[in-house]
Amino acid sequence: MKVTNYIKIEFPSRSANEALARNVVACFAAQLDPTLQELGDIKTSVSEAVTNSIVHAYPNDIGRICMKCRLFEDRSIEISVKDWGRGIKDVEKAMEPLYTTGGDDRSGMGFPIMESFMDSLKVRSQPDKGTTVIMRKKIARKIVK
Amino acid sequence: MNISGDYREGKLTIVLSGELDHHAARRAMREIETQIDTYLPRECVLDFIKLQFMDSSGIALILKTYKRMKEVEGNLSVKNVPPQPMRVLDASGILRLIKIREAGK
Ligand SMILES: Nc1ncnc2c1ncn2[C@@H]1O[C@H](COP(=O)(O)OP(=O)(O)OP(=O)(O)O)[C@@H](O)[C@H]1O
Ligand SMILES: [Mg+2]
Repeated sequence: MKVTNYIKIEFPSRSANEALARNVVACFAAQLDPTLQELGDIKTSVSEAVTNSIVHAYPNDIGRICMKCRLFEDRSIEISVKDWGRGIKDVEKAMEPLYTTGGDDRSGMGFPIMESFMDSLKVRSQPDKGTTVIMRKKIARKIVK
Repeated sequence: MNISGDYREGKLTIVLSGELDHHAARRAMREIETQIDTYLPRECVLDFIKLQFMDSSGIALILKTYKRMKEVEGNLSVKNVPPQPMRVLDASGILRLIKIREAGK
């Protein structure tokens, strides 16, 4: 399908960049004229994916995070968040609700939230190589009265 | 994220303003714990009226506050939750555990 617009940004895994990342995507997605709820769902999902790279991929150091967004002609937005961190051994298990390796600072709800707020979620990961999260959501055309 | 507390007759109300994500959560939790330890309230209310954004970091923060309140034998509730944080809380299953009221309700 034809890509109608895209952005690509890279930033270090500093927690101050969580807000930056979700707000960049919100600005970019605004072209599709999403509802507040759709926009909130996208921002939340981006925040979850980026926070995972910051917290889990690079727990003891600062690493690279690359985020790409694409718009397609069918009015869907695709966001990918990639890191080169410690990776996930068992992706299926990691995606289960309440599964966390983060102790009581985390709730194990990041992946389930991305899954329920977006239309699709794909996670590719290899231990010590890194993780890529790709999520997609179609924004319905608003009926103009 | 900005946090302010108000204690009156056994009830501690804590207003969280701004965005509650992983970046903000650690400091927010420290402040909430300090306030609970200072007043040892019977009831603690987290007021989300000025909360502009919340992700799963907020779920962990509410659960930790809940546990802290249990330790001092008090109760926790959350009020004035705007739509975006409410969707996150809805997805979390936390509503079974803690009394949560949406904004305007
Ligand atoms: N980018 C990543 N790199 C390495 N491990 C990851 C990554 N993303 C997720 N994980 C692993 O998958 C688990 C589940 O992630 P998920 O986001 O669902 O929950 P969480 O981050 O632990 O808690 P929450 O998102 O609710 O704060 C994490 O605890 C971690 O072990
Ligand atoms: Mg997470």
